Amino acid sequence: MANEILEEQISGEYKYGFVTDIEADNAPKGLNEDIIRFISKKKNEPEWMLEYRLKAFRYWQTLEEPHWAHVSYPKPNFQDIIYYSAPKPKVQLNSLDEVDPELLKTFEKLGISIEEQKRLSGVESRIAVDIVMDSVSVKTTFKETLSEKGIIFCSFGEAVQEHPELVKKYMGSVVPYTDNFYAALNSAVFTDGSFCYIPQGVRCPMELSTYFRINASGTGQFERTLIIADEDAYVSYLEGCTAPMRDENQLHAAVVEIVTHKNAEVKYSTVQNWYPGDKDGKGGIFNFVTKRGICLEDNSKISWTQVETGSAVTWKYPSVILKGDNSVGEFYSVAVTNNYQQADTGTKMMHLGKNTRSTIISKGISAGFSNNSYRGLVRISKGATNARNFSQCDSLLMGDKCGAHTFPYIEIKDKSGIVEHEATTSKIGEDQLFYCKSRGIDNEKAIGLIVNGYCKEVLNKLPMEFAVEAQKLLAVSLEGSVG
Amino acid sequence: MLSIKNLHASIDGKEILRGINLEVKTGEIHAIMGPNGSGKSTLSAVLAGKEDYEITEGSVTLNGKDLLELSPEDRAREGVFLAFQYPVEIPGVSNINFLKTAINEIRAYKGQTPMEAKDFLALVKEKQKLVELDGKLANRSVNEGFSGGEKKRNEIFQMAMLEPKLAILDETDSGLDIDALKIVAAGVNKLKSKDNATIVITHYQRLLDYIVPDVVHILYKGKIVKSGPKELALELEEKGYDFIKEEVGA
Repeated sequence: MANEILEEQISGEYKYGFVTDIEADNAPKGLNEDIIRFISKKKNEPEWMLEYRLKAFRYWQTLEEPHWAHVSYPKPNFQDIIYYSAPKPKVQLNSLDEVDPELLKTFEKLGISIEEQKRLSGVESRIAVDIVMDSVSVKTTFKETLSEKGIIFCSFGEAVQEHPELVKKYMGSVVPYTDNFYAALNSAVFTDGSFCYIPQGVRCPMELSTYFRINASGTGQFERTLIIADEDAYVSYLEGCTAPMRDENQLHAAVVEIVTHKNAEVKYSTVQNWYPGDKDGKGGIFNFVTKRGICLEDNSKISWTQVETGSAVTWKYPSVILKGDNSVGEFYSVAVTNNYQQADTGTKMMHLGKNTRSTIISKGISAGFSNNSYRGLVRISKGATNARNFSQCDSLLMGDKCGAHTFPYIEIKDKSGIVEHEATTSKIGEDQLFYCKSRGIDNEKAIGLIVNGYCKEVLNKLPMEFAVEAQKLLAVSLEGSVG
Repeated sequence: MLSIKNLHASIDGKEILRGINLEVKTGEIHAIMGPNGSGKSTLSAVLAGKEDYEITEGSVTLNGKDLLELSPEDRAREGVFLAFQYPVEIPGVSNINFLKTAINEIRAYKGQTPMEAKDFLALVKEKQKLVELDGKLANRSVNEGFSGGEKKRNEIFQMAMLEPKLAILDETDSGLDIDALKIVAAGVNKLKSKDNATIVITHYQRLLDYIVPDVVHILYKGKIVKSGPKELALELEEKGYDFIKEEVGA
């Protein structure tokens, strides 16, 4: 009976699956040094940047694709991808009025009407948005307001031009190009992304947000995000992702780096909703992302919150290196897989400094034929005295054809460390559903209630605007998948 | 209001209800008593629409509407309420949110607009008093970490909020101490009106000291074998279920 309901209802459709009809300026397919030179030239980059890319590319060629994650997928053909695609016309835009109206329509469909935000200027809750479509940053809002405070928030490409000293100093300092296969690939071919620098003593007055969208067919998206919070600085950063529905698998391999100096705090929230493929597992994004932050100095804090509902295959471990004494790392995650989606996600908390603390709350939800794995490492190095970690990994199963897996790794080299790990696996009970129904609540709504209740601890960590979106997204992603 | 005719139901091929006949009119309270395994809980589950049971014969109508054709949620929206013997926990979902969703779903079914937040909160306050439910419980997750008594009281609170036409109380007295029993019973009595009806399913006569039924039915081996006035419950208490067995010649 449960399975009938399940099968009848696993049909939640992807509502972001539209394609915007905008002319694009593409690089030829394939990857070689010439393509990298092409990208670098397109972006009018200085020599040092090109050198960095080439070094990364040469290193990448020596690497093998990793296979340790609990996912299986056809090997991407790296020569069959377009590594650079920019929406045309690519003229310098000074105001919103100059943006291609098709593009503006796209943003409206995404539910991030910039018009609205412009109107909201001066209102309490404001968000500055950087939009990256395919490979290029299209429009950054509120730049002037931010610059008054000395905050730099711009596309990565612009940062390379305008703030080369900061980019040189920090890029690759947390995720070096030698880190892993996809980080190396990204370092070679990344085309844009967001850059953010919060100067000493500044509390960023608004949420900063990047919206990533893959649009053109056959392209890969390789963006880089670099966030630096100087002493006593604070910023809350949001990231959203969507893509059109396509039959082929598209590759997304991003790198995000965060650096916090003394007493600084960065809160990074993601709502990832790349196209997950259709209900038979056709198409969808391969999401292979390296996200890492370093609490470089004392009393700093990095907090990752993610709601992952999209992508055909996800491979992602937002991590924190707790180098400064008394620094704090947090990871709050909801990962949902439905149909044939696969996710292998988690975090790494590397305790190096004294009295460092980390918290991991991971909520996995599997439905359909999907596989959902939590993989996490807690390492307490020698000398990291009185380090503490608390981990809680919960899995929720819907139906009996999906899988949930937990791979915790714990390495403790310092005796004073305290690590707690809790894990639970539960099933949405028919009893819970029947209870809701007997009160007049239908199946769909009941699942929404139960799932949102289950994820509450994580959703509470999201900024208000995002939390509402995330709740709806959870309900849509799981439309009807229950047993 | 409720009319059950020759109802047969089975689970996994085993017949549990073997021809139930029952007529309940508005304003009435009916008690259904019976020994373990007689089919009491099955009857309540079948009326609420639990899918595990197969209805092999018979009919159930509520105000002329075929209840068996309706989904569990539509039955609730038509005014059927089941107070569970073992209410489930829903972690992370506040009682308030749960009830607001339920009320608005029922209203939407009737073509009404969602209830204003202000009116809803006023209703919560009013009904909380009825079952002497601690205000804090209303804000906690549905039944999570509630004591047995609190869970039962919460069921009656929900019943008060949803104002059903037909309430079915499945062994609501089990696991209650005498004080909690009195509170629950008082709540049920206050909710009684000339427009609604209640079926109280119980194993013991004790609850019927506080909720006085108009009719008592004795369920045995999936059939109502005897019906009578409230005194029947006392007779049953005195003689035990054996006298029924003898009477029906089992």
